[in-house]
Amino acid sequence: MAPIIKVENISKTYEGGFHALKDVNLDIEEGEILALLGPNGAGKTTLISIICGLVNLSEGRILVGGHDTVSDYRKARELIGLVPQEIALEPFQTVYNGLRFTRGLFGKRPDPEFLENVLRRLSLWDKKDAMTRELSGGMKRRVLIAKALCHSPKILFLDEPTAGVDVELRKDMWEVVSQLKKEGVTIILTTHYIEEAEAIADRVGIINKGEILLVEPTRSLMRRMGHRELRIELTEPLAEIPAALAGYDLEFGADKQTLVYAYEANGERTGITSLITDIKNAGLTLRDIETKQSSLEEIFVGLVKEQA
Amino acid sequence: MNFRAVSSIYYFEMARFFRTITQSLISPVLSTSLYFIVFGAAIGSRIDEVEGISYGAFIVPGLIMLSVLTQSISNASFGIYFPKFIGSIYEVNAAPVSFVEIVLGYVGAAATKSLFIGMIIFGTAFFFVDLHVQHPLAMLAFLALTCISFSLFGFIIGLWSKNFEQLQLVPLLVVTPLVFLGGSFYSIEMLPEGWQTVALFNPVVYLISGFRWSFFGMADVAVGVSLAMIALFLVLCLGVIWWTYKTGFKIRS
Ligand SMILES: Nc1ncnc2c1ncn2[C@@H]1O[C@H](COP(=O)(O)OP(=O)(O)OP(=O)(O)O)[C@@H](O)[C@H]1O
Ligand SMILES: [Mg+2]
Repeated sequence: MAPIIKVENISKTYEGGFHALKDVNLDIEEGEILALLGPNGAGKTTLISIICGLVNLSEGRILVGGHDTVSDYRKARELIGLVPQEIALEPFQTVYNGLRFTRGLFGKRPDPEFLENVLRRLSLWDKKDAMTRELSGGMKRRVLIAKALCHSPKILFLDEPTAGVDVELRKDMWEVVSQLKKEGVTIILTTHYIEEAEAIADRVGIINKGEILLVEPTRSLMRRMGHRELRIELTEPLAEIPAALAGYDLEFGADKQTLVYAYEANGERTGITSLITDIKNAGLTLRDIETKQSSLEEIFVGLVKEQA
Repeated sequence: MNFRAVSSIYYFEMARFFRTITQSLISPVLSTSLYFIVFGAAIGSRIDEVEGISYGAFIVPGLIMLSVLTQSISNASFGIYFPKFIGSIYEVNAAPVSFVEIVLGYVGAAATKSLFIGMIIFGTAFFFVDLHVQHPLAMLAFLALTCISFSLFGFIIGLWSKNFEQLQLVPLLVVTPLVFLGGSFYSIEMLPEGWQTVALFNPVVYLISGFRWSFFGMADVAVGVSLAMIALFLVLCLGVIWWTYKTGFKIRS
């Protein structure tokens, strides 16, 4: 199936001459959740803004549902809902009127029932007559999401939707996102909470300094790049690592009482059994054992550092 | 054409106006009343008549124009500048809306507001002077044309302004002097000869002259010339907007 969004060789140079995106290529599949990760200033928002029509591109082209975002912008934009990173709302407008405004912009006839649904879904129904300036930050962010949903888009962009949102609400928000995915909506999100991306995204794209470093299914990325560690706590501290264990490339943990053994999670043989046997043969007594998998965050930090 | 989008922008711009209806109306009505008291009653009692019309009545068209011009510019410039400033313009940019539709929505709303204010001031004038409008249709046409063309002008200012100071500067530096020197309170013929020639370069002179003609059937310059000048200004504004659009839009980076 053709990708729902096709980004082809796009570059962006801002007015001041800053090169924010360099020859970016990206295919986004229909119905997937793609998480874009990258440090501050990597170009995530720029990329999203170009696809959505907020920023003009300097080079290249983008197809959304087969429609060019420049020459056929109406058809392209009709498919897209955008939740921007910055909260930008008319302060003296009620929540409900704001939604009607957005729906109107997309040329859709008013549909009170549908809007009520959207508001209820985001727990905003009781705030429908409140002016936006009377809302808390988390509520404002939900209003932005409601606005993005009020024309039933097939593609939803969420630029850091969980920034400044409390734990409880964040859970609700991901609930909404998974629900939307079930309904067939394609979702592209950015976040600095990498665990979230790990938990929800089908694929992860890592972007740094205006370049896409990789785009890969979350699972395979974790498997390919993930390292595991076995942490062995002994009953007594050691002076140094015994010669009998030299072949394992062990390191001390926080103190000299803990040994750390790194191994590839997807390796054929992990060497754990022989290590334990050798430790026992060396006359050491185990107190506790713990294994740890490197998170997407560590993978991400590693990649970005490599590039620098 | 995405008519729903145009009406959406129009409707919510008008809502902003009606939310603050008291402020929106009090200030023009109050300042006009003050002009009537100071110029019409105090000074007018000594001037008596200009070209056969009582001075109080003579200044009515100029006063309406004065308010309509300034209101058109401030409404339209603020209307587009504010969403740009707070960032909510992103919604319009991300929507399937063309530049023409954006201009129609914002400028249409601004023009409606100032037309509204113009009519209110017209109504207020009846409290102070005896008025009889000779060409009501022409009067409405002049008023509407002025509202539209100066709202376009305001829209341009709002598009180009980078901060609130710039937003205020053009009206202050350019528009206010032009309006005061445009013959609101006097006939151009009352000026010394040299200045009469200078005045002919002031576009506002043509507006007020034409508008005054629709009231009293007499004018400083021929009506046809007035009409042509407003039309020219309108076309000029449209041209600048088109050029702004072609050279990067100003609401997208
Ligand atoms: N309007 C602009 N004019 C000039 N430079 C800009 C503009 N917007 C963004 N930039 C620059 O482009 C680069 C990318 O910015 P962008 O907002 O896309 O980063 P980001 O990945 O979204 O970062 P963050 O995680 O902080 O949101 C930054 O260096 C930024 O300074
Ligand atoms: Mg960003």
